[in-house]
Amino acid sequence: MKNSKFIIGGLFILAAVVYLIASSTQASAEYFMTIEEVREQESEIVGKSLRISGAVLGDTIDYDPDTLTITFTVAHVTGDNDEIEANGGLALVLYNAVREEGTPRLDVVYNGPMPDLLQNEAQAIMTGYIDADGLFYADELLLKCPTKYEEAVPDQSEG
Amino acid sequence: MLPSLGYGILVITLLVLIYSVAVAIYGEVKKSAAMVESARRAMLLALPLITVASAILIYLLINDRYDVEYVWSVTNRSMPMYLKITAWWGGQPGSLLFWSWLLSSFTSAVTLRKWDRDRELLPWVLVVTGITLAFFISLNVFFENPFKLVPAGVSIPLDGRGLNPLLRHPGMIIHPPAQYLGFVAFTIPFAFAIAALITGRTDDRWIRITRRWTLWAWLFLSLGLVLGMRWAYDVLGWGGYWGWDPVEIAALMPWLTGTAFLHSVMIQEKRGMLKHWNMILIILTFDLVIFGTFLTRSGVLSSVHAFAQSEIGPLFFVFIVFIFVASFALLIHRWVDLKSETEMKSMLSREALFLLNNLLFLSILVVSFWGVMFPLISELFTGSKVTVGPPFYERATGPLWGALMLLMGVAPLSAWGHSTIKTLGRSIWKPAVAALIAPIWALIAGITNWVALIGFTLIALVITVSIREFWRGAQARSKRSGESFFSELWKLIKRNRRRYGGYIIHISMVLMGIGIIGIELFQSDTQQHLGIGDQVELAGYTVQYDRLDQFRHEDGRFITRGEMSLSKDGKDLGTLAPRYDLYPDGQPMTIPAVRSTLVDDVYIILVNWEGITAESTPFKVYHNPLVKWVWIGGYVFIAGIIIAAWRDEEEEKI
Repeated sequence: MKNSKFIIGGLFILAAVVYLIASSTQASAEYFMTIEEVREQESEIVGKSLRISGAVLGDTIDYDPDTLTITFTVAHVTGDNDEIEANGGLALVLYNAVREEGTPRLDVVYNGPMPDLLQNEAQAIMTGYIDADGLFYADELLLKCPTKYEEAVPDQSEG
Repeated sequence: MLPSLGYGILVITLLVLIYSVAVAIYGEVKKSAAMVESARRAMLLALPLITVASAILIYLLINDRYDVEYVWSVTNRSMPMYLKITAWWGGQPGSLLFWSWLLSSFTSAVTLRKWDRDRELLPWVLVVTGITLAFFISLNVFFENPFKLVPAGVSIPLDGRGLNPLLRHPGMIIHPPAQYLGFVAFTIPFAFAIAALITGRTDDRWIRITRRWTLWAWLFLSLGLVLGMRWAYDVLGWGGYWGWDPVEIAALMPWLTGTAFLHSVMIQEKRGMLKHWNMILIILTFDLVIFGTFLTRSGVLSSVHAFAQSEIGPLFFVFIVFIFVASFALLIHRWVDLKSETEMKSMLSREALFLLNNLLFLSILVVSFWGVMFPLISELFTGSKVTVGPPFYERATGPLWGALMLLMGVAPLSAWGHSTIKTLGRSIWKPAVAALIAPIWALIAGITNWVALIGFTLIALVITVSIREFWRGAQARSKRSGESFFSELWKLIKRNRRRYGGYIIHISMVLMGIGIIGIELFQSDTQQHLGIGDQVELAGYTVQYDRLDQFRHEDGRFITRGEMSLSKDGKDLGTLAPRYDLYPDGQPMTIPAVRSTLVDDVYIILVNWEGITAESTPFKVYHNPLVKWVWIGGYVFIAGIIIAAWRDEEEEKI
């Protein structure tokens, strides 16, 4: 009897935490998709919250000075870390994705300040949604240039 | 020559550590004090050995020895001396060595203490710290050798690659060591906890011995978090300081369990309760420390902190699982011996509210852990990779932080053992009424956001309750002794460092809360293209674009610098100069210009892009209300914890 109020209290906290986690997950889950998957299921995922990673094509970066709208194209890279390693590391995978013509691509629209790291062969990690026009509207744009953080030994850095 | 010597010393260190651990166990089993003493002395060798290895590495760094891969990868000729030295922890192998050096310093300090009363704990403390240290040294020896030379046949590079410019910031120089100090120092309370479990000492001796260790560990862990936030705000140029990046969460998680631990050990000391719980918390904290290190170093997560993909990931994983399984097996083995000496009776008693505080911290931990692990879990079960972003964490942890604030207001007024709504109500109504001034004031100021109003009420409650505790204590003493209020206040704090330091820490936390509410709920921004002479308005401020300078700095950077004059209601508030530096290696860096007051920050970024001209320069202006209180809270916090952790004069030497 004496313990029951503590047990009830504990269960109440547990229920509250489960509710908080479940409802917040529901409200803010983002689907992580590769560009290849996006291209395959384009019509079904319109409007859904997505998180996409791709290699930035430097030539396509365009910037509208009046609205601060940035548009660029990203090329498909695999989302699988092991596969990236097997293919020679992130830097090389990004480099190849940009160079090869056949990789699926996606046009991105982003409204915001120009990030320092938005450059050719950067890895763009974006959240946003695909609209009916087939463009990806990114709300958030994270960029990673693997070569800037740790590089291969000197003799391998070229190529 | 020198690099080989450095590597050789690391190998010797590893052998010495293995010897120390093996002999400590053997000596304990054979009940041979001489062998345990030998193990203790071997452990004392670790610090000088690692110090020499580190000195060699620093010597190589400051002498531009680019035949060493690590030196090449983190320094270059143009870097000033202090940056060359701090490059010690600028990359993976060096920072692992730095970590080992810190741990060996702490281990030496512990090994040198007087062990009279606690002889039986000594061998096991040596074993736990020795294994941990050996693990980190073996990472350097087998996988991440800081003394590795560039491959034979490759010409020695003439210059190094240099440190990432984003990391060339004073905050970035102190942030990693602070974070590491916090992480590493938790090894000591963990080692004593495990020693207590193995030897079956179920009293609170291990807690008393490590009390101040834990506080200092917690100080540095917290300091590391605040410095990291400050660096993000000053350098990363996105207008915020906390992005719920997985690595930020990795540093937050041990902080959460550590904070819960700091509170719940008091229950064990005072009431002999929650013994299992304290063990669970210290085990979790230490395991989360290693987990956090693993997350940053293994490349499993994409993040601004991520080091390159590395081979040490699986090894870390094994070590984490080993700590977890071994510690919990021991705990279950001792489960019955750790029975509480008293029972918890009243739900509003101090100990029950402390327990509630613990559960709330653990709930935030679970939310954070879920957020990090959810993508992996979801992929495992549904095949689709799903992730959650900052809105998830804000939404799920917001009410929990709020509940913690309420507890900070209520718990200091509750009594040990037994408390009822009536007794609690009697002591809380006055501060509660006083706290209502805050929301009323906010309403008059035009704030109608109900989350903010609740937040401000709770903040005011915590501040009034805490200050009232100081006032009541000092007042009572001064009445009794007839001495002045302030001299009694001084004595009061000196006599009860932990309690009053704790209240100061509570105040510091809610001061940070003011800033967090301000930026989370009321941040606004605008982006515009301006020509010289143009103006932009935001939140009552007028920003006028006055001039643009573009020049090359002597160290090779190309600097673009805008000058803006800031005014409000026609009153001139000075000049702000946001900058954009392009480093010779092509790495750009955006340096925001900030005017910071207690009320709000105006934060301007020069949003550079090709072809910037005086006629058309893109700017982004943020209005961040109250954010300065985050940093003020940080200073108060440091003061509070130093008071709490300072050695008591009458305390026995430990």
